[in-house]
Amino acid sequence: MPDLLLELFSEEIPARMQARAAEDLRKMVTDRLVDAGLVYEGATAFATPRRLALAVQGIPARQPDLKEEKKGPRVGAPEAAVQGFLKSAGLASIAEATIQRDPKKGEFYVALVEKPGRPAIDVLAEILPVVIRTFPWPKSMRWGERSSRSGALAWVRPLHSILATFGPETETPDIVPFAVDGIAAGNATRGHRFLAPRVIHASHFADYAAKLERAKVVLDPARRREIILTDAKHLAFAQGFELVEDPALLEEVAGLVEWPVVLMGTFDHDFLRLPPEVIRTTIRVNQKCFVVRAQPAPEGTQGSPVSSLSPQGGEEKSGPRGGEGRPALANKFILVANTEAADGGAAIVAGNERVIRARLADAKFFYETDLRHWRDVPLDMRLMKFKDIVFHEKLGTQWERIERIERLAAELAPLLGADAEKARRAARLAKADLLTGMVGEFPELQGLMGKYYARATGEDESVAVACEEHYKPVGPGDRVPGNPVSVAVALADKFDTLVGFWAIDERPTGSKDPYALRRAALGIVRLVLSNEIRLRLKQVVDLAYREIDRHIVGPGEVLSVDDTREDLVGFFADRLVVLLKEQGARHDLVNAALHVGARFIAEGEPIYEQDDLLLIVRRVEALGKFLDTEDGKNLLAGYKRATNIIRIEERRDKTEYTGEPSAELYRQAEEWELARAIDTAAAEASAAVAREDFAAAMSAMAKLRPHVDAFFDKVTVNVDDPPVRANRLKLLNRIRAATGTVADFSRIAG
Amino acid sequence: MAELPPHMRPDRSFQGLILALQRYWADYGCVILQPYDMEVGAGTFHPATTLRALGPHAWNAAYVQPSRRPKDGRYGENPNRLQHYYQFQVILKPSPPELQDLYLNSLAAIGIDKAFHDLRFVEDDWESPTLGAWGLGWECWCDGMEVSQFTYFQQVAGFECAPVSGELTYGLERLACYLQGVDSIMDLNFNGRAGNQKVMYRDVFLQAEQEYSRHNFEFADTDMLFEQFRMAEAACRKYLDAGWDTEHAHHLMALPAYDQCIKASHIFNLLDARGVISVTERQSYILRVRDLARACGEAWLKTAGGGTH
Repeated sequence: MPDLLLELFSEEIPARMQARAAEDLRKMVTDRLVDAGLVYEGATAFATPRRLALAVQGIPARQPDLKEEKKGPRVGAPEAAVQGFLKSAGLASIAEATIQRDPKKGEFYVALVEKPGRPAIDVLAEILPVVIRTFPWPKSMRWGERSSRSGALAWVRPLHSILATFGPETETPDIVPFAVDGIAAGNATRGHRFLAPRVIHASHFADYAAKLERAKVVLDPARRREIILTDAKHLAFAQGFELVEDPALLEEVAGLVEWPVVLMGTFDHDFLRLPPEVIRTTIRVNQKCFVVRAQPAPEGTQGSPVSSLSPQGGEEKSGPRGGEGRPALANKFILVANTEAADGGAAIVAGNERVIRARLADAKFFYETDLRHWRDVPLDMRLMKFKDIVFHEKLGTQWERIERIERLAAELAPLLGADAEKARRAARLAKADLLTGMVGEFPELQGLMGKYYARATGEDESVAVACEEHYKPVGPGDRVPGNPVSVAVALADKFDTLVGFWAIDERPTGSKDPYALRRAALGIVRLVLSNEIRLRLKQVVDLAYREIDRHIVGPGEVLSVDDTREDLVGFFADRLVVLLKEQGARHDLVNAALHVGARFIAEGEPIYEQDDLLLIVRRVEALGKFLDTEDGKNLLAGYKRATNIIRIEERRDKTEYTGEPSAELYRQAEEWELARAIDTAAAEASAAVAREDFAAAMSAMAKLRPHVDAFFDKVTVNVDDPPVRANRLKLLNRIRAATGTVADFSRIAG
Repeated sequence: MAELPPHMRPDRSFQGLILALQRYWADYGCVILQPYDMEVGAGTFHPATTLRALGPHAWNAAYVQPSRRPKDGRYGENPNRLQHYYQFQVILKPSPPELQDLYLNSLAAIGIDKAFHDLRFVEDDWESPTLGAWGLGWECWCDGMEVSQFTYFQQVAGFECAPVSGELTYGLERLACYLQGVDSIMDLNFNGRAGNQKVMYRDVFLQAEQEYSRHNFEFADTDMLFEQFRMAEAACRKYLDAGWDTEHAHHLMALPAYDQCIKASHIFNLLDARGVISVTERQSYILRVRDLARACGEAWLKTAGGGTH
């Protein structure tokens, strides 16, 4: 069976888009083939900087013939309907249709439409232009003279040629006859831009790949990666080094070359005095080169890295950052060129060395200037500059913000077991590196440079570490710090941000969250839970609000402290629900725990009573365990039954059965017993909740269960005696009220 | 290149590099313009690019543009960073199909032999928030060094480019350092001469770098600059309003209005360098300049140059 070979040859495709584009091309073409009844045997797609290529094997030469019965209007239908049917079925007159009967529809016309299968190449000539026209590039562009016409082709970069051949392996394939925006498909392509720029004619995939290889193009990105990685490792090893592997960089670099040539360069040894992260960032971000380190010492002789702080905090040991405990970086780098130079790469290496030298000199200049500045100028003097930098036009200057964070961190510190003075110092210092040259150049080094500079100027280690860690956790996968000083500053920073933007009514809406407030709130939730911190969110919000209140400047809406607090707690609740759900907790249980004591204002907006994240989580856990027991399940069933009855009766009677039931109206022993049991259980549960023993609170509730069951067994609620009936409904309502101290059972599914 | 006298060779002379590029693009058919006589942050701000990129008329031009980036000043102490430097700017509208080859040939014309060097097109989507402009293209790398930017303009001043222009921007100092094999811009041979006839880049610009760095970071009068920003913004609006004919079909003062937009942009850069504009305020200033640029673009499209007759 015939194969398809397709190549779209363009100007340089961004590296980060290539893998996805190859996959999209494969899927788009093969999906359409299958839709057209052309089931293929296999398909593989490739990408290089200048081409997307697709090979589809084993496509039938023709579509299968299709026979289809097409139902038409009933006999005697209006003429317009009949004409429409003839047109759609391709019949010349109604005489060509047959008539069928149906018990419901009566007599109606049926056309037998025979659709002979078309040659696959014709189908391809229709499919391929559509794929090209609708290709989902993340960003595409117009170019050249045609760009002013409407309907001009958009592609990731200018598309130069299309190669599309179709035919069985044993024969010279045909060119798929189509054109897109003036580019006609053919069987020509080009080799490497510099090493083999001439036109190549290709027939089948094997021929194509082989000719490309001869023309210095490695088509398969996986092979390019492999070549780069192997050559880089060998090159490093041969010189006594070890490659610092970097899969993301490897992927990118493989997308920048068609013919990878790995070379090694050197930089001045003196630069190694820079922090390894700085060297690596400089070389990686700007130059897309790899760094290398000394080969690790033989097994057993290497001292194990010791973290200087608590287990959660302190230095990360992982990652090829050349951090503590790993062999230091060497003054070498590995570059991947896209050409075989006439001088064996000497000029290329020299050029790259020159650029890296300049980049590292820049970094060194920043580093030394920054350090000198930190040593020579007292912190408070340095921070003066923040007085001129507005954090947000309504929320005062950076200086004011730092002062707020400082006070808040100091107030939070005792709750976290942190030294208040250290927290205060760390908060004061935490943003100072934003004023440094290094962070100005590499914003991604913010925090990290603060740590280095703080250490170098003799700050306490926990203070230095907090400079880096107070930004954390940045994303959902980021590490949560455990160093109490870091946690204090991290919380203070995030609370200040959230409360500030809430107060000036800049809350996130829909997909818009320009100040990353969702991330800040989720960060707080994770900090609190992972460090098992007891914190009343409302109190902290009030504290932060008090701080920020004096810095808010008009004009515009300002939310009151009450509105800010309640709304923000709701926002935290949403984040908590999402987080716990991701961790596998039951959504309904989280809500049941969260809503204990909640009040409702208009449109079902809850005002939460629960604002201690850790307690909410413990409650969810206890609730989950309880509901796994028979007692729990039955109590829930009893609860549901009671509330259903009340709801129905309340709706019917248009009243609420809330007040206390009256003992004089009890007629049966089960009523007395249930009432007594509720009193006992409620009292026990409240006491248990008060001492935060949720398991005990659940056990207290479990004791209700036989009484609820007995009540439903023996007592009829809807009796003819209206006062007795009302009293029974009130009694049932007491179940709801009593369970409410433990969880909002109405939110539990099942 | 071989027939050039030594002092004109791009690998020996900074001005020789400029002349070689001018010659190459003049041979291609470009109009060789002189720099715009205002302070701009990049060659793109020149009306020969910003405004000419809009509208249907073909336009091929090349020019050197002194570019001011107040924030990049380093008192002349940093080998690679200046607050004033030169860009060589080429704009070809519509973008010709062989633009990449034209560009690579221009590198050959200044002595970069592809047999020895690693030339690469690395993704770099260009966006100028202040100009409301964006395009797709690359940084062009020679042995790991970015020597040019290559952009297909898609939108300028908020308007679709129809047709699309191709823009090439060569960072002249960096390119010259590479060609001359020196590590510091100040060490560039400016006039290509030797001995006591030799004029270095430092002889021409070191004092200016020192003085302007002082000015940009320490002394530029911020009260005055804030006021000047407001004045330029108001003037731009005023000229734009005054330039429309009664039917709003033709505009008669797009260019003078655009000058005020350029001015506002440069003043903003100075304020930014003085560090008196916060991250959040920054955005609002950028938007204010962009609004001006957009209005100027709209006006330009209603002039003869913009295709309205």
